[in-house]
Amino acid sequence: MNVLEKSKPVPMLGDEAVAEAVKECDVDVVAAYPITPQTIIVEELAEFVANGEFKGQFIPVESEHSAMSACLGASLTGARVFTATSSQGLALMHEMLYNVSGLRLPVVMAVANRALSAPLVLNADHSDMMGSRDSGWIQLYAENVEEIYDRTIQMFRLSEDARVMLPSALNFEGFILSHDMEAVRPLGGERIRKFVGRPKFERRLDPDRPSTFGAISSPDTYYEFKMQQAEAMKSALGVFKEVEKEFHALSGRKYGTVDAYNTDQADTIVVVNGCSAGTIRAAARVLNRAGDNVGVLAIKMYRPFPTNEVVDHLRDAESIVVMDRSVSLGAPSGPLAEDVKSALACAGLETPVMSLVYGIGGRDFSLEDGKKVFALAKDKGSYGAMPLMYGVKN
Amino acid sequence: MDEPLAPGHRLCAGCGASVAVRQVLLAAPEDTIVANATGCVEVSTTVYPQSAWNRPWVHSAFENTAAVASGIEAGFKALANRGEGKEHPVIAFGGDGGTYDIGMQALSGALERGHRFLYVCYDNEAYMNTGIQRSGGTPKGAWTTTSQVGKAGYGKTQVKKDLMGIVVAHRVPYAATASISHWKDLMTKVRKALAQDGPTFLHVLAPCTRGWRFEMSKTIRMAKLAVDTRFFPLYEVENGVYRITVPVTSPKPAEEYIKAQGRYTHLLLPQWASELDTLKKEVDGNYRRIERLSQFTAQPIVS
Repeated sequence: MNVLEKSKPVPMLGDEAVAEAVKECDVDVVAAYPITPQTIIVEELAEFVANGEFKGQFIPVESEHSAMSACLGASLTGARVFTATSSQGLALMHEMLYNVSGLRLPVVMAVANRALSAPLVLNADHSDMMGSRDSGWIQLYAENVEEIYDRTIQMFRLSEDARVMLPSALNFEGFILSHDMEAVRPLGGERIRKFVGRPKFERRLDPDRPSTFGAISSPDTYYEFKMQQAEAMKSALGVFKEVEKEFHALSGRKYGTVDAYNTDQADTIVVVNGCSAGTIRAAARVLNRAGDNVGVLAIKMYRPFPTNEVVDHLRDAESIVVMDRSVSLGAPSGPLAEDVKSALACAGLETPVMSLVYGIGGRDFSLEDGKKVFALAKDKGSYGAMPLMYGVKN
Repeated sequence: MDEPLAPGHRLCAGCGASVAVRQVLLAAPEDTIVANATGCVEVSTTVYPQSAWNRPWVHSAFENTAAVASGIEAGFKALANRGEGKEHPVIAFGGDGGTYDIGMQALSGALERGHRFLYVCYDNEAYMNTGIQRSGGTPKGAWTTTSQVGKAGYGKTQVKKDLMGIVVAHRVPYAATASISHWKDLMTKVRKALAQDGPTFLHVLAPCTRGWRFEMSKTIRMAKLAVDTRFFPLYEVENGVYRITVPVTSPKPAEEYIKAQGRYTHLLLPQWASELDTLKKEVDGNYRRIERLSQFTAQPIVS
């Protein structure tokens, strides 16, 4: 049966899509604290609880640090656990992100990306997740609402796989996607529950086998634990391909760790993560129709970084622009640009790479901006040692 | 039955906290799950690859034990609701550091949400694990490394927070103080707490030979002295009704407690005479306050 034919599209906000997916994924515990622009996720889930549509436990915790702590506790009982946050909330739970990953717990989280204070702003950029990118969480970026719905479902399978057992975070821009209404073709609870199954991972807190979690280690042992986490991260790439394959059979939908548009032919390729991938791809199409030869590589899986695929797609480009929706103040490039440059250097490639920062604090990035980026790519003077801060007012 | 907390851990000889933990666990069912804050107990009982715990046990951070316990309780409840296992008693252990101060928010949230779990604060009255620094639970006049004694200082100038008052303000079904010197009273309270269908709290005095400066064989005696001098009243609050469980009608003089501990002996110097006097009045006043609360809350509210 072709699922696409049967499934009638339903209008959903990005936040609503997350809640809908969580509702169908047999989640046992949700512990969450509201923060703009994630609030709709939490409110929708509370409504599902009141209607009896969500059968799990909903813990209205008193802070994001407690949200992640409660998720940690619940996950240790063998329950399937979910939370969501943004910006300051993610920053507040920063300590616990490392804890959850270090304890190898398959917590799934949605992050409606929002810029970090100070100054305070409610709008999107990636500084929140980039500030926690080393925490040992699998990180995905979505560019539309249906992808948000699909990834939420996929992440439970990915995290809970015995070869992975790492938490995962789905990132999507606050307001631009969280409050954006798009058509989603739902997959139906029965089909989704069959795909995710019930958690099969170990119930760590078990009176029949009392064990100790969170012991104090030493310089003699800590490093090896980290190595195990690193190995699990590496495995996640392979497991992710399996999960996507199965998901494609279920839904007819596939995204990949990267999305490549015209990268095999292009002279200039823009690398980007998040929803602006759609914008820059549209700009590329316009330019190519007018005779240009440009490409776009959208990074969908950020951690683990799909190094081999990224290098393969960028290998033949003459120039590369990496777009970052966050700054790493004091660094030679934005975070994504650092990763791309690293990957290329390890492959022995010396292609010029421009680090371009955009959309900071929710500053809009339009189709016209997209075209300007490709124009900048042709300007050799823009390939400096500092990231180019595109869109700053003078 | 196996010891719930096996011997051979690294806590100091004469550690009051180890006795507190052991007494609490002996009064609790064998399927009890433990969440533990960072601190003396956690660090000294789980030095990888060894562990002294014969109970399922988790530690993650310093300030979040009540939140972790909330998650554990919810996890088991969710699974039990599906017929995928059963619920178990959950006990959270935190020192005064992880409870009075950095852990206050998580405790407050968990109590307000009404999770079914027992939070035990083992109170050695300072941040002992990091080297005897003052906490919100350090009594006035006590020496610590961050409330030093000298020509211009007599130790901590602020009062010990009324932790029980804070907990009771959350309208929990049961909260009580306990001392390792009165093990029967302590264990009765543990059982009473675990029988409640909601959040409960135990404030246990856990004398610290290193931080209080007394000889390591005198721990239990020191705990008893705290009770007998009214420094640490033993009482319970059941749905807002106070009751002193070990009445101290003829208290021993406060000086007996003061002179027995190196952290307090400076208060016997003439220059701190008025501070000692204030301290004695506060100790006595606090006991009388509990007495009055017992009398007052025992009366039925007549409309």
